[in-house]
Amino acid sequence: MTSKKWVPYLLLAPGALWLALFFLTPMFNLGATSLYDPSGSLETGYVMNGHVGNYVDALSEYWPQFLRSFTFAAIATVLALIIAYPLAYAIALKSGQWKNILLILVIAPFFTSFLLRTLAWTAILGDNSSFVHFLQNIHILPEGGRILATPFAVVMGLTYNFLPFMTLPLFTSLEKVDPRLIEAAGDLYSKPFNGFHRVVLPLSMPGVVAGTLLTFIPASGDYINAQLLGGIKDTTMIGNVIDRAFLERGAYPTAAALSFLLMAAIVILVASYVKRAGTDELV
Amino acid sequence: MDQIGGDLRLVSLRKEFGDFVAVDNIDILIPKGSFFALLGPSGCGKTTTLRMVAGLELPTAGQILIGDHDIASLKPYNRPVNTVFQSYALFPHLDIYENVAFGLRRRGVKDVATQVEAMLSLVELDAFARRKPSQLSGGQQQRVALARALINRPEVLLLDEPLGALDLKLRRQMQLELKRIQTEVGITFVHVTHDQEEAMTMADTIAVMNQGKVEQLGSPMDLYENPKTTFVANFLGQSNLLTGEVMDRGDFVGVKVWGNHIKIPASRVATTNAKVWVGVRPEKIYISAESNHAHDHLGNQLIGTVLERSYIGVSTQFIVEIPGFLDDEKIMVFEQNVDASEVKAGDRVRISWDPSHTFALDAKQDAYAGDVLAEAE
Repeated sequence: MTSKKWVPYLLLAPGALWLALFFLTPMFNLGATSLYDPSGSLETGYVMNGHVGNYVDALSEYWPQFLRSFTFAAIATVLALIIAYPLAYAIALKSGQWKNILLILVIAPFFTSFLLRTLAWTAILGDNSSFVHFLQNIHILPEGGRILATPFAVVMGLTYNFLPFMTLPLFTSLEKVDPRLIEAAGDLYSKPFNGFHRVVLPLSMPGVVAGTLLTFIPASGDYINAQLLGGIKDTTMIGNVIDRAFLERGAYPTAAALSFLLMAAIVILVASYVKRAGTDELV
Repeated sequence: MDQIGGDLRLVSLRKEFGDFVAVDNIDILIPKGSFFALLGPSGCGKTTTLRMVAGLELPTAGQILIGDHDIASLKPYNRPVNTVFQSYALFPHLDIYENVAFGLRRRGVKDVATQVEAMLSLVELDAFARRKPSQLSGGQQQRVALARALINRPEVLLLDEPLGALDLKLRRQMQLELKRIQTEVGITFVHVTHDQEEAMTMADTIAVMNQGKVEQLGSPMDLYENPKTTFVANFLGQSNLLTGEVMDRGDFVGVKVWGNHIKIPASRVATTNAKVWVGVRPEKIYISAESNHAHDHLGNQLIGTVLERSYIGVSTQFIVEIPGFLDDEKIMVFEQNVDASEVKAGDRVRISWDPSHTFALDAKQDAYAGDVLAEAE
């Protein structure tokens, strides 16, 4: 029946239309803005003169913030992986009848807003919080030392906020591991850790790759954590720079160029990561 | 580890899960190099027994001895025992070669190539070394699972329903293949199955298990020809079981079955009780018209009427009603289609069999125990 040929296009249409309107069009505008003459302003208007110098200026001025963003995001990703892997392992393979309840608990933070949860952390890490007092009392933190407004606070916030994005893909791939494979590894002379290393870990790699991507990408571009938990210096991420350039300084061409640079950097980093992790074979 | 060797002995082995007794103090001796089957319906404790030998379950009590070593408390990776898992449990991320090499590599063997290649050729999979398990058929995966376990030269190889996932034709072929490989490598095989044909084809000795206990242990022929319990009589093949009462005992025991005299050799009477089940296998019975006295010399005879006659191909099956017998004591007769008799449904017939094909069991037992069809109802 030839009349069925249009069905796939019909199914694609809503998504394609949505992306064309709300992704491609703004992207095109943003691309154009990034090439405007930076001497203009919203009031006086901008002149389109293909000013590639916006990119050079943005990179030379803000490369430390770029570097910091990717460093913070990488540390948060690694921490989230270290916390989430045992958690996902326990839920997937050891929790029995508690599995669904534990899964709901992992998702529960989503029931309140991202902003509110991050604000709550300002109380937890604040100078008068019991957590900070405790650290001071056991002399991990010097008298009068702070946690809030430090890089440490920002990384903790990022780790906390993106933990579910790490946990869920890990859970999904670990749940697919047949427990008999673990028994078989033991039967074939693997001690528990060796069996994990040779069988469970390789089989959970698709989850590791998906989880790290879902954590690293949004964490690199995040600005809420740095804004609420960070200080004036040493904590500014590239998201904050773009935020201020757009909303405070009205430096639209610079902000647009920074956005494109961030996107390009993430694409390059992710592509080389995926290539090394060899997801084609694993997934 | 390497010095552990010899017969496998289970001594008063017991496993409880909460209130449920899965394995109830069983004692089994499995001679080194033999092909042994644990046969029984699901839930009879055979898989739990196997998992205790593998080290995947800890016994509640009892010993598991290989030679003189009690291995019951050893971790699975410290036992000279390997398992062919039900539906294989092959490592999906490794190719066939690495699956087979897995055990050797974990034990730190440096040069695995010679052994892996020899093992792959034993199971005729040389050409598939670099394929992934998912690219193989069920029968091929089964052979990989076997090779992966056998390459470690275990003292005991455990097989958990190894052929359950294969279709009938392939299963028959693999039964012969497994038997060939076992003979070739000379390793003790312990095979768990619910399929009586599979157990009888391959095993030297079978333990029939029911409700955590061993019902009877013996060679396939011994179990089939001389069952000691109604469970074994029904689970292995089919049996006619008739209500009988012992009248006199001698070399032959005389039993009265609803007014008819049946003779049974004393060695085939498994009880001292007077009330017995008189058993005879359907294929041991000759059927002929009432007027035909050709089989009178056999010794045991009944007169009745044919209710049903069905042609099966390999045999013709009759259901015969004997006057005075209970409703569920109609006699099944299987006749080979060689010189098929002309008996039709409704005919009066004479059925005859040899006393030495008769057995007697304690009547306290359930006549339907182990009868797969009756229990499914």
